[in-house]
Formats: sequence, structure tokens, C-alpha cells
Amino acid sequence: MNFRRALGCLTLGFALVAALEPGQALAQEPIKIGTFLSITGPAAFLGDPENKTLELYIEKLNAAGGLIGRKLQLVSYDDAGDAEKARTFAKRLIEQDKVDLIVGGSTTGTTMAVVPLVESAQLPFVSLAGAVVIIEPVKKWVFKTPHTDRMACEKIFIDMQARGASKIALISGAGGFDKSMRAECLTVAKKHQIEVIADETYGAGDTDMTAQLTKIKNTPGVQAVLNAGFGQGPAIVTKNYRQIGMKLPLYQSHGVASKEYIKLAGEAAEGVRLPAAALLVAEALPASDPQKPVVTGYKREYETRFKSEVSTFGGHAYDGLMLAVEAIKRAGSTDKAQVRDALEGLHGYMGTAGVVNMAPSDHMGLDLTAFRMLEVKDGDWVLVR
Amino acid sequence: MLAHLAAPRTRGLLALAAFIALLPLALSNAYYYDVAVLVGLNAIVCVGLNLLIGYAGQISLGHAGFFGLGAYGSAVLTARFGWPPVAALGAATAGVMALAFMIGRPILRLKGHYLAVATLGMGVIISIVVATEDRLTGGPDGMAVPPLALFGTAVQGERAWYWLTGALLLAAVWLALNLVDSPPGRALRALHSTEVGAEVVGIDSARHKVMVFVVSAAFAAVAGSLNAHYAGFVTPAKVTFLHSIELVTMVVFGGMASTFGAVIGAAVLTTLPQLLTLFKDYEMVVFGAVMMGTMVFLPRGLVPSLAALARRTRP
Amino acid sequence: MSAAFVQYLLTGLTVGAIYALVALGFSIIYNASQVINFAQGEFVMIGGMGAVWLSAAGLPLPLAVVLAVAAATLVGLALEKLAVEPARGAPVVVLIIITIGASIFLRGLATIVWDKKLHVLQPFSGDAPIAVLGATILPQSLWVLGVTLLIVLLLAWFFGRTLLGKAMLATSHNRLAAQLVGVNVRSLLCLSFGLSAALGAVAGVLVAPITLTSYDVGVMLGLKGFAAAILGGMGSGAGAVVGGLVLGIAESMSAGYVSSAYKDVIAFAIMLSVLFFMPSGLLGKRASDRV
Repeated sequence: MNFRRALGCLTLGFALVAALEPGQALAQEPIKIGTFLSITGPAAFLGDPENKTLELYIEKLNAAGGLIGRKLQLVSYDDAGDAEKARTFAKRLIEQDKVDLIVGGSTTGTTMAVVPLVESAQLPFVSLAGAVVIIEPVKKWVFKTPHTDRMACEKIFIDMQARGASKIALISGAGGFDKSMRAECLTVAKKHQIEVIADETYGAGDTDMTAQLTKIKNTPGVQAVLNAGFGQGPAIVTKNYRQIGMKLPLYQSHGVASKEYIKLAGEAAEGVRLPAAALLVAEALPASDPQKPVVTGYKREYETRFKSEVSTFGGHAYDGLMLAVEAIKRAGSTDKAQVRDALEGLHGYMGTAGVVNMAPSDHMGLDLTAFRMLEVKDGDWVLVR
Repeated sequence: MLAHLAAPRTRGLLALAAFIALLPLALSNAYYYDVAVLVGLNAIVCVGLNLLIGYAGQISLGHAGFFGLGAYGSAVLTARFGWPPVAALGAATAGVMALAFMIGRPILRLKGHYLAVATLGMGVIISIVVATEDRLTGGPDGMAVPPLALFGTAVQGERAWYWLTGALLLAAVWLALNLVDSPPGRALRALHSTEVGAEVVGIDSARHKVMVFVVSAAFAAVAGSLNAHYAGFVTPAKVTFLHSIELVTMVVFGGMASTFGAVIGAAVLTTLPQLLTLFKDYEMVVFGAVMMGTMVFLPRGLVPSLAALARRTRP
Repeated sequence: MSAAFVQYLLTGLTVGAIYALVALGFSIIYNASQVINFAQGEFVMIGGMGAVWLSAAGLPLPLAVVLAVAAATLVGLALEKLAVEPARGAPVVVLIIITIGASIFLRGLATIVWDKKLHVLQPFSGDAPIAVLGATILPQSLWVLGVTLLIVLLLAWFFGRTLLGKAMLATSHNRLAAQLVGVNVRSLLCLSFGLSAALGAVAGVLVAPITLTSYDVGVMLGLKGFAAAILGGMGSGAGAVVGGLVLGIAESMSAGYVSSAYKDVIAFAIMLSVLFFMPSGLLGKRASDRV
């Protein structure tokens, strides 16, 4: 009886395991680009455009003949914003699907969970997440494309200084992005002669921030307000801001740099400023701007194919993929160590986020010029000169 | 045939041990071992939770809280205070048991849905505290955890963890089976069917309920600690309401009041998301449909339903 | 200081009214069938997302709202017929899992039919804030409070004065006795799901202009609505309303005076303390066990 039971279990086990086997091997080994993204869940805002961008451009590259004579294949998993799922999928990409390189990790949490895996597997990994902790301290196999939250804080503080504000209020949410950016802003504030005199927080999924904003309103001496947030929170903060009649300058983070934010916040978004990639104002860039061709090209492709507004997060995925492609081209192979070295040696590469200059001590490669200060005017983004 | 699993302990345990010993023949790379380890850890939690839900007839929608406290307890003690991992595991588990004892008495006076919500509230409170105290816990992005070290050597790699988890799962199942067949276990089953009746024959129902609550919390805490060391990090996602629901679903799916059912429930529901990646966009829809379908058609859970089927088809 | 207090109170009332509507949905279904419908939050989501989608497709807002509520009602009826009725008599835990599976299913369906982004619905009568005692309130909040009050009154009339409503109450008191006097218990069960779905959808439509809506807006709302229903006493309509308002105001006051990070903790802690001293909730009937 128990032998049959055990046999039944074993069969079930084998069947389950067999279902996980990968498909047929292709004749000429394609270049496998692995990705794990938060396509659903609280970070779907990030992962969905990233996934779409990767699929679109891998398709285009294959149509144009592939890369170093081979086709490209995307292996993609949805971690739904869960770091442990991301870790399991990364293991699957490395061990099971045997990818050549990973471009992924929509959030800092999922990225950091995977870092030890790629370091021990010695596989190049280009992250699409924002926090400075990803590349500081520098890890041999880990690179990233988006600007750091620290850079966003600095850009905002410089603009605040220019407008004469030195005492400000901070309001942030409970998510990883919010907390990380808040911590960075508090750290670099003094360097820019900014003093944070009020510091409020709201919870994930909160639908009303009037309480916190009222406390800020009642704090004497506040000259500007910074909302270090991402997702649903900032839109509601913006609406509440207008509702309780606050007139001080409001700054948002690069986490809400999209048309969606303006649509959600409505009229309340007028006059709000934030640092963002030039991608958002692609058409408004002067013809002489070196970023113009790249950003207008990407914007056109994405919007034509997906019939929805381009987002800076999709732009990060584009940059990640193109950096990987460029590195493979220069290395002439998919040898992991060679590709990594090529990635580290990229100079003057123009992406949607800005010009990239990688170095052994800098695995992000962007500087503050990569960020433009934008303002919402008449329901659209405009460059602040 | 299958029905016998529920009864004699040794034969079932031997079958499980044989399965654990032979499964590596089917696991061809570290990713498969990884899934197996996760199944094992979930199974340990489910075996404990099954004692509470299946045998004692209570309900807990907040067990991820105990799991998470075990995980964070180990994480904080080893990473921030430099404790040796085994001591941290012991301390974290003891702490969770103490907490379960303190909340258990008032919470278990409630019944049915009120109990469900109270445990849910407890779970939510724990998850918010863990995500907010970021100086200690690393906040929403979590924190890194040093590897587990036993007798001086670090437990590294999926294969080593597989054997460790397999051994611990066998121990957990053995403990649970022993508990069920012991006087306290029989008292629990008595108060499951009628609490007043059990009290009439002299069973202190409050004491027994708290005891099983504490035991199931201990199982969850140990599994949580191990999970933290295995993954190398811990995040508040492990402490959420959704994770609690996943655990309860595993127990119910496998079959309440069946220890082996809990193990099988954990196995199926941990591997299912890996299989569902085939469905891409339809993953959530399929998962929800599977959950509904199995509960509607197999309301007693997988193992008891299959056992009943086996009994009916026997000549 | 008191202007701030008024602000917190108004916010708490608005949020509380939404919790109350969701809690009423839980209570109605529970009364008819002893089932806790964890998919209640998804009805809220269908109402909000449906209205957004329909009005973006060009329909005038009132029509979009009505159709969205009707769609949610149909989903509620389908849920009852396809998932709950076949599992009649299963233990409580199993029914909970079924409704949780249903909520996951509906959320997945929403990502396919619609998308994963956030959406906003245009406010019913503009969004110029109204000043009240030094604080401000949005016109939409007045809609929320007004419609909630209207619904509560309508439900009180329905359950107290109409035959159908009284039949539903009778079923909740004693199912067998109700059947014996000729009440069609099965179709009442169906009706209860449809009614709860409609309530949830109305809440979703009312609140979408203020809080934005997306495919997973139902998760937290469902949870809090459930907690509110329990706090007020499961099965009691007045309890659901009281529970919702208490929870909303407690949250808002905690955010204002204590700590915005821990406001949910305080709200749940209050709920737990109430349950410890009054195990059947604030207005719930004292449970009695048949031995």
C-alpha cells in the first residue's frame, strides 16, 4: 500500500517537474535575454511599460537581422513586486533557462534580492530600479539605468534654492521608493542649504492625505513642499493639496513622471514641478539637443505600437536593453565576462535617460544633466528654463 | 489505500521519507531544488496551521505574522546584533511563542468570523510595524540576512538546504502526528466538534486552544527563520494578509485534519505559480479559477476527497 | 487647532461612509447565508472601473454609473450561482477560500478587460472645495455622505417595511422556519448577493473621483469594510454603518494627532480591543450556541 502511495507521489512529483521543463532547443542558439519585472501588483506602473518595451524592441531587433548574427529571445517572468518571487524567477532564469544576461528588476526590493544570485553566478545584470543602494557600493556584475533618487533630490533642491526656498516640508509614503528617496533627501538637504522642518508620511493605499497636509499647512515657515512618492499617493496628495488651499510650490518625484499623473491629479497638477528625463518633453526639445533623436524615436515607436502614453520607466527598459545590445556587439560574443567588461567600458552612449558614461566605480553612468526640471502647464509637461 | 495515510503514523512517515530521499533524481538543477526547499518550508508552516484549523477547528488569517516575526527575529538578531544563527532562531521562536500565548488567551475567546478578523487584524498590525520600523527592519525593501550556520559551518546552496528542510519537515510531521494521537490532541478534536460538550467532560477548552495556537505559531516561526536564512533576505511581503491567505488555502486545499494533506497542499500551491507562468496575462484568472474550482468540487480538500474516492471504488 | 479637527472629522466621515457601504454589503450576504464574501471589495472595483471605462467610451456620466452598477450586480448574481451555491453546506473555511479565489479571479479579469493603471472618474458636481468651519470638503464627499445616508434609509425601509426585506431577515434568523412559511430561500440568497454587489458598486462609483480607482482598489477596501462590519457586529445593518464610521474617524484622527504611519495599526487595534470586550461587536447580537 505504501509502496503504491509512494509511487503515486513520485509520479505526481515527476509530472509536476516535467511540466517545468523548457521547450525545444533551437537550431542556432539564440541570445537569451532574461527579465523579471513587476508586471502586475503595486509596481505594475513600472513593470508593464518595461515589459512592453522589451518585447517591442527585441522584435524590432530580430526583424532587422538580430545581433552578431543570432536571434534574440526574451524570457520574461512577472514577480508582481514580490522580492522572493523575483529571487526564485531569477534562479529559474539563471539555472533553468540559462540566459546570457538579465535586464530587469522593476523595484529596488526585487533587484536587491537578486544581486547575490547574479554575483555568485557571474552574470551581467542591468537593473531598472531607482535606489542608490543598488550601485553604491559598486558590485561587479550589477549595473543600472535609471537616475538615482539622490540625484532627484539634488535636482529638486537646486531648483528650490533658485526660487528662494530654504525651509521645506517633506511628505512621503510607506513604499520602498518613498522611504529611500526621503532618506536620501534628508541626507543631502544640508549640502544645498535646505532645512526640512516638517516630515509627514502616509500609508500604502491611503486615499486621503488632508490630515497630513493640514499639519504641514499649520507649520510656520514652510516655503515649499516635496512629495517623495510613487504610484497612487502623489496624485491624491496633489488633489488634496489644492483642496485645502495650499499655494506653496509643490514638487513631486521622478516616480510620477508621466502623463498619467497629470490625468489623475487633474487641475490640481498645474504648477507642480518635478525632475524627469527629457523623454517626457521630447517634441519640445530644441533640434540641437543631443538627446532629441533617441527620445523622439522611442516615443514614436512606443506610442504607435501600444496606443498609450510613453513612460520614463519604459525608457529605462529601452536603455537597459540597448546598453546590453551595445555591450554584446562590442564584445562580439555572449561570454559573460566579456559582456560585463564591455558594459563597464561604455562611454558617451546616448539613452532616453541621458548620456551614459560607465566606469569601474560608477555602474550607472548618468550625471545631473540627465535630469531636466519640468513643470505642469495647461495639462502638459513643459521644460523649466 | 490512501485512507490509511491518515491513520498509522509510521507507514505514512516512511512514505514521505522515501519520497524526500528519491525526489532529487527528478531535480536536474538548482532552480528545482529551490522550489523544493520553498515547498518544504511552506509545508512546515501548513502542518502546524493544520493543527489549529483542521483539528482544533479554529481559524487564523494572520499566521503570516508569526512566520514574519520568526523571519525578522532571526534577521535582526543575526544581522544587526551578530548572534549565532541557531541561537537567533531559538530566541525568535521563543519570542513568537510568548507573543502567541499572550494574544492567544483573549483572541481565542472569539468564535468564527470574529476570530478570523481578530487574527487578520493581528497579522496586519505586525506587518505594518515591521514595514515602518525601518531602522531596525530595513523597511519596505527589507534587509539582507547572513546564511545559516550549523556547528560552525555555513549551510550554503540549494542541495544542502534541501536535505535540511526535508529532515525538519519529517520532524514536524512526526511531531504533529504524535500530538494528534495524544490526550491533548484528542481533547482538541473533541472541542472541535462541540466545545460545550468537551467542557462538560472536563476539558479545559481555553487552555487547549491556546496551546495549539502557540504550537502552530512555533512551527510558523521556525519556518520563517529558516526562510530568511535561505533566501538571504527578508521583506514585509512575507508578513502580509495575502501570504496568510495563501497558507490557509494550502491547508484547506490539501485537506483539513490531515497532516499529509497539509504537506500536499503546500506542495501543489507552491509549485502552481511556477506552472502558471505559462499563462502570462491570464495567470491571476487561472489561479483564482483553480482555487474556486477545487473548493467547489473537492470541499473536503484533496487528500480526504481522494481517500473517500478510493474507499468507494474498493470492491 | 479646531479647524484641523474639523478637517480630520470630515475626512473621517467621508472615508467612513465608504467603509459603511462596503460593510453593509458584507452584512447583507452574511445575514442571508452565513457566508463572508471576500470578493465584496471587487464589486467596489467593478463599479468604479466600469464607470470610468463607460464614460471614457463616450456615455454620459449618469448612464455610465447606472450601467456599471448593473454590471456589478450581474457579477454578484453569477458569483452566487456558480461558486457559492454548488458549495452549500461546506465548512466556513472552505467558503472563505472560494470567495477569496473569486476575488483573485475578478481582479485578474479586470486586468485583462481593462488595464493595470490608475484611473480617475470625473466628480459628479465639480471639484471646487467648500469651506466648512475652517476646513474644506469636496463636493464629491457631500455626494458620498448624502448617497450613503439615502441608501441606509432605503435599506431600513426595505428590511423593515417590505415583504421581501422581511423575508430576508427571517431567513437570517432561522432558515428552516423561513422555508416552512414559504420563503424561497435559494432565490433570496441570490438576491442578497446581487444587492450587496450593487451596494459595493455604488460605493466604488461614489469614491472613484476622490480616491482614484484601479484593478486592485478592492483589496484594502474589502479588508477595512470587513473589519468595520465585524466591529459593528456582523449581520447588523446599523452595526455596519456605525462600524464603518467609527473606523473611518479613528483612522483619520490617528493620522492627524498620533502618527500617519501607524494609523492603520491604531484602527485595527481599536477593533481588536472592542472585540475583546464585546465579542459580538458593538451592536451585534450575543451569539448563543446550540449544544
